[in-house]
Amino acid sequence: MTTSPERIVIVGASLAGLAAAHGLRARGFAGRLTLIGDEPHLPYDRPPLSKQVLRGLYSADTTLPRHPDLGAEFRLGLPATRLDPEERFVELGDGSRLPYDRLLIATGTRARPWPKPEEAALDGLYTLRGRDDAQRLGQRLQAKPGRVVLVGGGFIGFEVASTCRDLDIPVTLLVRDATPLAAALGAQLGGLIGEVAREKGVDLRLASEIERMEAEGGRLTAVTLKDGERIETDCLVAAIGTLRNVEWLDGSGLAADAKGLRCDAFCRALRRDGSVVQGVFAAGDVARWPNPHDDDALVAVEHWGNARAQAETAAGNMLAGDASAMRRHDHLPDFWSQQFGLTIKLVGLTDGADAFAVVHGSLEERRLVAVFGKEGRTVAAASIDSARWLPAYKAAIRERAPFPPIEEAVDQPRLRVQEP
Amino acid sequence: MKVVVDLNRCQAYAQCLYAAPGHFALHGKEALVYDPAPDESARGEIERAVHACPVRAITAVSDAPDETGAAR
Repeated sequence: MTTSPERIVIVGASLAGLAAAHGLRARGFAGRLTLIGDEPHLPYDRPPLSKQVLRGLYSADTTLPRHPDLGAEFRLGLPATRLDPEERFVELGDGSRLPYDRLLIATGTRARPWPKPEEAALDGLYTLRGRDDAQRLGQRLQAKPGRVVLVGGGFIGFEVASTCRDLDIPVTLLVRDATPLAAALGAQLGGLIGEVAREKGVDLRLASEIERMEAEGGRLTAVTLKDGERIETDCLVAAIGTLRNVEWLDGSGLAADAKGLRCDAFCRALRRDGSVVQGVFAAGDVARWPNPHDDDALVAVEHWGNARAQAETAAGNMLAGDASAMRRHDHLPDFWSQQFGLTIKLVGLTDGADAFAVVHGSLEERRLVAVFGKEGRTVAAASIDSARWLPAYKAAIRERAPFPPIEEAVDQPRLRVQEP
Repeated sequence: MKVVVDLNRCQAYAQCLYAAPGHFALHGKEALVYDPAPDESARGEIERAVHACPVRAITAVSDAPDETGAAR
């Protein structure tokens, strides 16, 4: 493993794959570099897809900038179908084999399909993950459907609902949980976003699910909810989460399942017995790694910032030779969402948070920074339209500083610790 | 050209709006939207935006000669 690599293959030509390619070249890797992508597109950015691309603002071409001297070969439109880590090659959909000295697995996720296949196949039912999805749905939205029904209480569902309202399209948003966005933001902030959505005209239904769909000639015409209500619609967007693209690793011996591909702190892929697979690394949505900010609990972080940061770490480690020269991936998870004119940002992970305090602004103003605590430690901070103050809390989260922060301070007399 | 903004980093200082008004805009107080594929003729403005950003959140690269204007 100490010989320097001559040939590096990256499976997954999206944000993480491209960031790794840039990172390898920036560190002086001059060998052959190949990126494999199952979509026909060069690496493109996804966050604009649920917002400005659907709305038809600016260009729909979100191809990511590539360094003019990247010197990478793109094999696009063909999936990787098999990995042989002993013989060190990746097999593609056309049967061709690509040998590697180092391999990066950055295959990401795909949209979770609607669970009933006969309904999933209906004309008028959409999911949103890739550029082609956004183009199809965007065309439909710009033709002004009578009503869009959105299923899913996560950020994509809310962002698409916001875009529909911008286009003045009536929209019903069905959320299975009693509180929207609670998993990521907690009930206080999730509830606030739900309130804003309703004010902007979203017909938000909590604790609500679809019982069945109706169709005529293969085209969706209506849905019936579990409570019996019938809603006429010819456009339904299922934003019900993602599935990790790990099936191609079946038979490779790698520890990959629905939760992701297990890797160690240095982004090295692991076998089922926990041993390191020589020369194979992972980054982005597909990687499941020990998070040092949460006692090394395994986590797969499906965020833009992590994809880039983990790809950078993996790129450095791919060229490091042995583990003593490797750097551990210690990225503090962060993300943003834009909806209904608000910018919501989060650093850290709110999983298991048991306390919450607004430290700047207020829920009433809808402009605030809030800090989340877990067992007396600071684990996350969120901002709504106050992004400038958020980075200040990163240090406290990294240190897992005591929570709550100072109470009854002269400059923050209103600080109140409550349930998240 | 191709443009991407690291919106984790963006703090809505809005300097890009002044530098390249046709290619960056705020929706609401802080939600930045931008043109991911501006025409090469906007290069001067886009580069001003890159340099004006106080948190260095904008990356912009000219298209390779073989793909100028290609909507892939």
